[in-house]
Amino acid sequence: MDFGTVIDAAFSAALGPQAIVFALAAIGLNVHFGYTGLLNFGQAGFMAIAAFGLAVSVVTWDLSFWLGLVIALGASVLLALVLGVPTLRLRADYLAIVTIATSEILRLIFGAVEFKDTFGGSNGLTGFASTYRDLNPYNSGLDIGVVSFSVNDLWSITVGWTLVGLGCLLVWALMRSPWGRVLKSIREDEDAVRSLGKNVFAYKMQALVLGGIFGGIAGIFHILKQGSAVPTDFNTTFTFYAYAALLIGGAARVLGPVVGSIVFWFLIAGLGSFFGQATSGTDPLIPDFIMTNTQSSLIRFILLGLGLMLLMIFRPQGIFGDRREIAIDAR
Amino acid sequence: MPVELSAARKALEGVPAEPGAPKPDPIVKGSNILRTFGGLKAVDVEHIEIQRGVITALIGPNGAGKTTLFNLLTGFDEPDEGDWSFNDHTLGKVPAYKVARLGMVRTFQLTKVLSKLKVIENMRLGATGQRGEKFWSAPFKSLWSSQEDEITARADALLERFKLDAKREDFAGSLSGGQRKLLEMARALMVDPELIMLDEPMAGVNPALKQSLLGHVKSLRDEGRTVLFVEHDMDMVRDISDWVIVMAQGQIVAEGTPQSVMADQRVIDAYLGAHHDTDITEVDLAELEIEAEAELDQEGTS
Repeated sequence: MDFGTVIDAAFSAALGPQAIVFALAAIGLNVHFGYTGLLNFGQAGFMAIAAFGLAVSVVTWDLSFWLGLVIALGASVLLALVLGVPTLRLRADYLAIVTIATSEILRLIFGAVEFKDTFGGSNGLTGFASTYRDLNPYNSGLDIGVVSFSVNDLWSITVGWTLVGLGCLLVWALMRSPWGRVLKSIREDEDAVRSLGKNVFAYKMQALVLGGIFGGIAGIFHILKQGSAVPTDFNTTFTFYAYAALLIGGAARVLGPVVGSIVFWFLIAGLGSFFGQATSGTDPLIPDFIMTNTQSSLIRFILLGLGLMLLMIFRPQGIFGDRREIAIDAR
Repeated sequence: MPVELSAARKALEGVPAEPGAPKPDPIVKGSNILRTFGGLKAVDVEHIEIQRGVITALIGPNGAGKTTLFNLLTGFDEPDEGDWSFNDHTLGKVPAYKVARLGMVRTFQLTKVLSKLKVIENMRLGATGQRGEKFWSAPFKSLWSSQEDEITARADALLERFKLDAKREDFAGSLSGGQRKLLEMARALMVDPELIMLDEPMAGVNPALKQSLLGHVKSLRDEGRTVLFVEHDMDMVRDISDWVIVMAQGQIVAEGTPQSVMADQRVIDAYLGAHHDTDITEVDLAELEIEAEAELDQEGTS
């Protein structure tokens, strides 16, 4: 049992690119769900459309990387508009149904054999990240004992946490403003807001687009840090892990999604490494009749589910949430 | 202010007490408003006019279509047919937020305070034309902070008037039912409406607070606003309204001053009941019982 490896795995995941992807996606969900009360269950779709927007622009259409970025973000905005127009006038659950369906449709289209020439089929696309990698100013990786990052990861971490920081700054500035006040009021009671002369539909649309852009940035960052765009990366579990991260950190709090993602990946990677080691070798810490090595990679998700349940029961507001905002029962 | 009161009453003096009566200075004017739910005609109003600067009560039994008419007038529901105007703006399928911006603001039967926002934030939300509510200027506080200060000053003045200033920093969800009604009314005033429509302002309010609520409604008129309210509390209707419109089965069945309406036999039959203005005593109850039994007997034989 090497606890150094466990800690290294936990910290590397919690501070590394993977947590950043989830932090960005969860910031978007925080705008949707935490502040506005929009149930977007298709954040993976926003990520996928932006990711493939960039990949297809650069690889298939041979456009420049920067134009590809514009197209990618434009695609996530367009998706928000297309989803919002029919559903934002309806009850909240319709948006949930439509978004989850759309994210699946997008994933299946991007992975379809029929569109292999454009989207690369189930293998996806590669070879669009050279501009991004060329910008890397670092010459070597980082190893400070408890964590170690490769030279590519170090660059991704720099870019990624900068994006997360800027995103949080924007959300903070928006949510302390009267604009944010309208969103929070819509979350409470749309009709009350309408009766005071606010165009609820327009505000919901703005929130959907803003959160969708964060999803898009998460998707772009995800394919850049690994250098490939693979459709199966954008399945629905991604959205729900991002929700888990948001709830752990605390919805409707600026830093909630960020801290939530860090904690989420710390636990997932740490537990994975721990149980992996505890069940391997000739004389494992946990004997075979309790858990085999193949089962050990799944136990962390079982514990995650258990943890989420306990969180909802004992601390529904998450790490940062305000108990009073949750505890008051309106009805 | 008795002078104002008599002015309001005087303006209505020559108006005939009949359904759909034309008013000398109507703020709302509507014709042939129809709203059906399936086969049911929830609202079927031939003609309605609301006089400016007075308190008009809208009464009627449950299911008479009062709230539906409210929803239609304020854009929360769409009519099958018909149109109406507010200050010469034609409305009919205009969305609710635009109606509110024109100066026609409503409250709700079940109060809609934003319980997870503080009382003062509830109030600030009511102000219209806020620069900080625009997406592109929202992140830059310097663009909206001075306006926010003005709004806050107005909100504080209103909170004081409605005796909610002690609750300023509390979450609205912690308020009592009556306080919520007050907050909703105060918040509606942040829009600075010309016409304020109150849907059952007295429902669920304890008697101690009722008197102050009545005073607040009167003060709305005295500062020049028009008030239209739905109410079941006949004491309130008698006490503060200048004009009463009676609805039954979606139609306007009577109109007039409170005194004339309460004396109208059709209104009594449809809504008030014969004993509406007497306190019920045990003798009355015995009589009522005998009456009821007699009716039952008749039904049994016919």
